[in-house]
Amino acid sequence: MSLLEIKNLHVKVESHEILKGINLTVNSGELHSIMGPNGSGKSTLAQVLARRENYLVTAGEILYDGKDLLSLKPEEAAAEGIFMAFQYPVEIPGITNVYFLRSALNAVRKHRALEEMDAMDFLPMFREKMKLLEMDEKLMNRSVNEGFSGGEKKRNEILQMAVLEPKLAILDETDSGLDIDALKIVAKGVNALRSVERSMIVVTHYQRLLNYIVPDFVHVLVNGRIVRSGGPELALELEEKGYVDAERQALAV
Amino acid sequence: MITAAQQLESYLGSFSRLEKQAAWSGLSWWRKLREDAFARFTEVGFPTPHDEDWRFTNVSAIAQTPFQLAGKESGRVSPEDLERWRVPGAACQLVFVNGRFSSELSRTGKLPAGVTASSLAEQFTKDPKVLELHLGRYLDIRRDAFSALNTAFTADGAYVHIPKGVVAGDPIYLLFVSTGNNEPLMTHPRNLIVAEEESQASVVEDYVSLNAGAAFCNTVTELVAGDSSVIAHYMIEREDPQAFNVSTLRIQQGRSANVASHSVLLGGGLVRNNVHPVLAGEGAECLINGLFIGNGRQHLDNYMLVEHASPHCDSRQFYNGILDGRARGVFHGRIVVHKDAQKTDAKQTNRNLLLSDDAQIDTKPQLEIYADDVKCTHGATIGQIEENALFYLRSRGIDEVSARKILLLAFANECLDRMKQDSVRTYLEALMNRHLFQVANSVPVARTDRGEDQGRNWEELG
Amino acid sequence: MSSNVNTIRDLAEREYKWGFITDIEEERVPKGLNEDIIRLISGKKQEPEFMLQWRLKAYRHWASLEEAQAEPKWANVKFPPINYQGITYYSAPKRKPSLKSLDELDPEILRTYEKLGIPLAEQQLLAGVAVDAVFDSVSVATTFKEKLAEAGVIFCSFSEAVQKYPELVQKYLGSVVPYTDNFFATLNSAVFSDGSFVYVPKGVRCPMELSTYFRINAAETGQFERTLIVAEEGAYVSYLEGCTAPIRDENQLHAAVVELVALDNAQIKYSTVQNWYPGDKEGRGGIYNFVTKRGKCAGVNSKISWTQVETGSAITWKYPSCILQGDNSVGEFYSVALTNHYQQADTGTKMIHIGKNTRSTAVSKGISAGHGQNTYRGLVKIMKGSTGARNYTQCDSLLIGDKCGAHTFPYIEVRNSTARMEHEASTSKIGEDQLFYLRQRGLKAEDAVSMIVNGFCKRVFRELPMEFAVEAQKLLSVSLEGSVG
Repeated sequence: MSLLEIKNLHVKVESHEILKGINLTVNSGELHSIMGPNGSGKSTLAQVLARRENYLVTAGEILYDGKDLLSLKPEEAAAEGIFMAFQYPVEIPGITNVYFLRSALNAVRKHRALEEMDAMDFLPMFREKMKLLEMDEKLMNRSVNEGFSGGEKKRNEILQMAVLEPKLAILDETDSGLDIDALKIVAKGVNALRSVERSMIVVTHYQRLLNYIVPDFVHVLVNGRIVRSGGPELALELEEKGYVDAERQALAV
Repeated sequence: MITAAQQLESYLGSFSRLEKQAAWSGLSWWRKLREDAFARFTEVGFPTPHDEDWRFTNVSAIAQTPFQLAGKESGRVSPEDLERWRVPGAACQLVFVNGRFSSELSRTGKLPAGVTASSLAEQFTKDPKVLELHLGRYLDIRRDAFSALNTAFTADGAYVHIPKGVVAGDPIYLLFVSTGNNEPLMTHPRNLIVAEEESQASVVEDYVSLNAGAAFCNTVTELVAGDSSVIAHYMIEREDPQAFNVSTLRIQQGRSANVASHSVLLGGGLVRNNVHPVLAGEGAECLINGLFIGNGRQHLDNYMLVEHASPHCDSRQFYNGILDGRARGVFHGRIVVHKDAQKTDAKQTNRNLLLSDDAQIDTKPQLEIYADDVKCTHGATIGQIEENALFYLRSRGIDEVSARKILLLAFANECLDRMKQDSVRTYLEALMNRHLFQVANSVPVARTDRGEDQGRNWEELG
Repeated sequence: MSSNVNTIRDLAEREYKWGFITDIEEERVPKGLNEDIIRLISGKKQEPEFMLQWRLKAYRHWASLEEAQAEPKWANVKFPPINYQGITYYSAPKRKPSLKSLDELDPEILRTYEKLGIPLAEQQLLAGVAVDAVFDSVSVATTFKEKLAEAGVIFCSFSEAVQKYPELVQKYLGSVVPYTDNFFATLNSAVFSDGSFVYVPKGVRCPMELSTYFRINAAETGQFERTLIVAEEGAYVSYLEGCTAPIRDENQLHAAVVELVALDNAQIKYSTVQNWYPGDKEGRGGIYNFVTKRGKCAGVNSKISWTQVETGSAITWKYPSCILQGDNSVGEFYSVALTNHYQQADTGTKMIHIGKNTRSTAVSKGISAGHGQNTYRGLVKIMKGSTGARNYTQCDSLLIGDKCGAHTFPYIEVRNSTARMEHEASTSKIGEDQLFYLRQRGLKAEDAVSMIVNGFCKRVFRELPMEFAVEAQKLLSVSLEGSVG
């Protein structure tokens, strides 16, 4: 059974229709990349999947693990195993990274009727994951994202993903603004988390990230529609010819 | 000393002479920009302390000195003269003598394929089309008379171009040598750095003097950082104490572009360091990091103008100043958050150490916020070397001068540690080590209590 | 609409749960203010002559200020003119307040404090906290007096102190806040009816936390209490105050004065959780909380620390301050001020550095929601002889919704160039994104709001004694309202 099934999804923000009939199926263990120019609706799709509420779904449905995703609140979707790495991670002054993540993990565990994890069990696991992302241990006791550089914030997102172990991870432009070294570390983290039980949707503007995180499928989103789908080679082609070309070709087909 | 009429006549003469001999004489778009710029300059003249942006810096010494525009053959420099300014690990070194490119002195090393680092004058003759897209498009000649002056009088400078997706790991190093002369010379170098999407590079501008003497260097750099590019810019000012240096770095950042500007001001008599990034694309990130160290009668003025023009941009300003003797420092940190720039996160910190009773710092944060969902913080400190820390080091057997140097280095290192480019940072660390030893040595051992009412401009801290 | 917004709205719908009225017979003086009223109040309290004379001096000074319309106008708050002749200046439960034991206390009052969560029966009290309960204008009960007396600590109502320790009162009354200090302090000096008195002798560390619960009950009355705390050489005391009032449509004036004196090596920690009735959602009613609080670090190495959590009152006007006179003395101010609905707060601190190597810290966290207006006003003054002085000021504002306001007015005056000054300020907004981020990580909306607010206030909460910190956190989440933009 497929993990995620998006059928004819139409989404409005205020009075603008942003997504105009998206169809997408993601099976367990697959990594899909969604590429497209700025303003094409990539981030909207990611946010709707994470159940952000200021989007109006006007038509279509989303089945996640056989359930109606659109009826879930953000925290319920999170508890059901959906994780989004934010394009612009939020700062929470006064709340340490380690406290925040343990609260989040325990909220999710509680929902799944699992026992809460105490600090003794949590810390070693947390440290282990920090090593994976080559993060300075000092960041552990700093306030969430506060004073982090753009690169540190993005790495922190992947760290959270590593701790929360989602079934479906959505990475929203996790590569933007990263220098090449930081990009490689993020990619290494993501690759380490790939498994047959975990699906990922990687939203990106550039092909560069896909040199390091090789997708199973690539979809091109232009003006609210998926205009082309293919394998990893499609990303390279886009890099060369640009999105305008992809759109023109799609229209011609 | 010259009168205002003489000053204008002298500038007009230089302006016409340059028009005839320059590489771009056939280009109408550039001629138009120049003419507008010169007209603007004649209209407003040099700024005075009545201008809010120049409240703490009086440039009448520049206005009243009869500077001559440096010609093509204005100075003789041998390769040996430059040995002390070679930075190990640089990808290339372009040398400009009195503002003009010298191909004999330059070393074009191992630039990655597709990367251009050359002379602007040369580019004007070779391919002015690419210049027309960017040159003079970002700098506002109406904002600042020195920008107008540079545009009117520029003869040469550096042109750097990094194509899409190219990672230039080693720094591109630009050395600007002022030779010193019998008559006071002025130069107006103009640099254009264009970094395309997803490119990555470091560029160093280094300003030095070969001999003592009055010289006026008024430099402008336009840095265009394309979407998702990662660019570091370094500015080192270490000219002669008689030199006047006005520099303007105008940065234009695209979507998710990540730019770091690092300034290290050690030399020059009167220095004005303008850094003006515009975060024009969503998600852009900017670090403005600086260190200024003055003594004698040096005047070091740092004017930061950070414009947030798009949502989700971060800017970080960190400036540390060390002032000794009768030196005067200025930190003017202006942050403008435009109406649409929601989720702006801007932070500004200015820390200063005053080592003598006569050293002075004026620090002025200025926040103008037109969006309603932003986070802006500013902080300023003014203090002295901590006597407790000094005593602690001495009680461990370190002599007083070394102890001072260690504490000054720690203060300076806050800035150096933010520099990511290893070879540049290493070079600057060594430079700082030597420089701070001199500073530490010159500080009087005993401190006297100060007179009253020296708490200048404390009101500005709020 | 999104449920983030709903969560915050739900919080808003919660009523002010301390707003009940106690039905009790009370004794009050006629409305209005004149010399006869002053004499009447002083007479009722059987005060010695020096007290009456002091009150009269204050009254005459106040009358001249009133005539000159010298009510302070610089604060960033708006309210209609107060009719000082329409206020009753003295109101007390009819039963005589001097009780031999708590059993003699009117059971209604006892129940009132129980409802407020402050049982006055000692066996029910948290060990380690002695309570003085002030009901309207008078102190009705003080607990653990004997235990404190063993240690030599005096903790009693101000009235009792005037009777039993007149020489101490005479020595320190007005020594930090003179009766001429400001309009409201002058008014208080003339009419104050009761309050708490604490005296910790040389070398004594007060064995328990001291606390006063203030309750305004009667209608159309003002409350004017006065607190005086003296810590002798090497003494230590931690004092807490809490305040509540019933829901009434009218505005009621509360003009209190607090004076602290710390001698050599003494330390006073003063914590406030202020929860006077804030008025309703449309801004009707509520307490005008115009308070003068000041501490003097008179001795070397002395320390005074103010911590306040201000969630109540229609208008708050207070600047707990420190005069750092002794060399190496330390002044601290930690504040959380929350304004919701139509509440207004103009609060901050004054740190006056006189002695050498004096240090001060001011940390202010302002939260504005609804139409609330929140102003931080802080003065740091370094006098000429104050060599090596240091100040750190941090001032953060959090906005919830787009109809509220946050304002910052720092004043810095430095007359000695060896000073080290640090100032940090920030303004941010709790937004939909911030809540969404936390919810995406699995936290419920309500928990997300409280996590953000508590994170914001953490630096201040950790200065509060443990049980107060918990109380303050709860109070904040209850007091919150606003729409997230």
